Amino acid sequence: MFELLGIPPQVLFGQLLLGLINGSFYAVLSLGLAVIFGLLNIINFTHGAQYMLGAFGAWMLLNYLGVGYWWAVFIVPPIVGVTGIVLERVLIRRLYHLDHLYGLLLTFGLALIIVGFFRQFFGVSGLPYPPPPLLTGGHNLGFMYLPNSRAWVIVASLIVCLATWFIIEKTRLGAYLRAATENPVMVGAFGINVPLLVTLTYGFGVALAGFAGVLAAPIYAVNPNMGADLIIVVFAVVVIGGMGSILGSILTGFGLGLIEGLTRVFYPEGSAVVIFVIMALVLLVKPAGLFGRSV
Amino acid sequence: MTTDTNPIAMAAITSVGAAGMPRHHFAIFAALFVFLIAAPFLLYPIFVMKVLCFALFACAFNLLLGYGGLLSFGHAAYFGMASYVSAHAAKVWGLTPELAIIAGTLVAAVLGLAIGSLAIRRHGIYFAMVTLAFAQMIYFFSLQAAFTGGEDGIQAVPRGHLFGLIDLRSSEVLYFFVLAIFFAGILLIYRIIHSPFGQVLKAIRENEPRAISLGYRVNRYKLAVFVLSATLAGVAGATKAIVFQLASLTDVYWTMSGEVVLMTLLGGMGTVFGPIVGAAVIVTMQNYLATFGDWVTIGQGIIFVVAVLLFREGIIGVLAKWIRKPL
Repeated sequence: MFELLGIPPQVLFGQLLLGLINGSFYAVLSLGLAVIFGLLNIINFTHGAQYMLGAFGAWMLLNYLGVGYWWAVFIVPPIVGVTGIVLERVLIRRLYHLDHLYGLLLTFGLALIIVGFFRQFFGVSGLPYPPPPLLTGGHNLGFMYLPNSRAWVIVASLIVCLATWFIIEKTRLGAYLRAATENPVMVGAFGINVPLLVTLTYGFGVALAGFAGVLAAPIYAVNPNMGADLIIVVFAVVVIGGMGSILGSILTGFGLGLIEGLTRVFYPEGSAVVIFVIMALVLLVKPAGLFGRSV
Repeated sequence: MTTDTNPIAMAAITSVGAAGMPRHHFAIFAALFVFLIAAPFLLYPIFVMKVLCFALFACAFNLLLGYGGLLSFGHAAYFGMASYVSAHAAKVWGLTPELAIIAGTLVAAVLGLAIGSLAIRRHGIYFAMVTLAFAQMIYFFSLQAAFTGGEDGIQAVPRGHLFGLIDLRSSEVLYFFVLAIFFAGILLIYRIIHSPFGQVLKAIRENEPRAISLGYRVNRYKLAVFVLSATLAGVAGATKAIVFQLASLTDVYWTMSGEVVLMTLLGGMGTVFGPIVGAAVIVTMQNYLATFGDWVTIGQGIIFVVAVLLFREGIIGVLAKWIRKPL
């Protein structure tokens, strides 16, 4: 077996794989934030709580109704999306005429409420979610062992990211969306129901967070606090990538996951902060973000 | 984020008293001072000191948000790091409490300068996200660094002797030391707000492009107010470490950043006295609801939502509108 800088390849590729998985979550979550930000101009602080809702949704389906993982992948994201639509219609909508920072404060408060309730009723110790049989085994690729569950997370999030990119960049609905992002008043004048589009966009962004939550359920323990720290890292990812481009969000998410994995191999103490350090560097060199337009 | 309702009309009807301070402000400061002198004999001194520390923290935060218009979501970094350094200085280096607090404050100032100079490169929502992310970095640093004691924090910090002379072990004596720090802090903030520097800040908050076109170096003003705010947050955190003889991860975590936003929002952004009231309400709520566990978090979330939707001026902001005078 060959060695790279004194690191056995199993360790290196294992950490890179973990990095890719983290990157999958960064990509899906930052994509949701970017889609919501594009049209609503708010940063959705509830995103982490909605990711947690996705994981709990899968757990509840399994434990209360006996509905398995593969159904949950399709059922839970729309349900989480609908809860988002309700929030948008009832609360968030009232703030569009104000400074965007109020949207941040409102969604922060909502996140506290949601996470607080789940902590109160489910505790903080974490609930196990057994992976479905199809995801238990793995393949030996020669240079490393690839567990099926991890391969599935990477493939599924790539598919969802690319599908989102396709919908937004290549379909008529996406064209409306992009037009409304540029100039909502003009698009409304052409007879398109912009408020409905805004609601659906928020629901879609939230559904992406719910989808990430379902993917996370068998990998990490289902825990009310699972989204809180993750979402702050995703904020840093969003600052690094800039929210101007869909493909940019996806690339930044996966790329930063890989860099984090590499850091864990070569300088483990720095792995928790490497993304924040990169953020500082990007702010110094290109304040608008790698793919961003200057704001 | 503007909360003032027609400040020009308000200024016109405001009579000016001693030291250029409007009479009703002077009266409120005097009443507050008298109340706080009496407070340790009426209430539990430790509780009042906790309120004072958080009130100073919220006032420092309000200097940045209410007057600079900059929403930092990472003020726990300065508060918490100052509390670690002050606790370490008092316990390991054996410094007297006032020197320990100064050490913590200096570290908060340097941290504020470093993070502030990066964060002011972005505006609005991005500014909030950048400050939050850097604060999380400080949290991870505190979790791993050796001197912070990780999950345990720094416990059993000695309160020591003030100037090497006055024994602070008695909570009553300590109280008056904390009261002096608190009053010095809020009077300094009051002075900053009402200085020419403070007026330029308000101009930048209201209309940044116009302030630039008038020739102000906006970024220098923003950085200056950021550092001032971080420094005063550091004073509050360093003092808290001496009072509670403890510095812990709670003080650097993002929930603490959220709490100070909540105190300021609830009391009234951009008002002099709002953050003090907000801090008193939130600390009292935490004290009485402490046994209900996560209902405190839920309650804070509900206050956030209600305050943002219905009550954006905050308690003191509404009161100021009512008596038609700035508070």
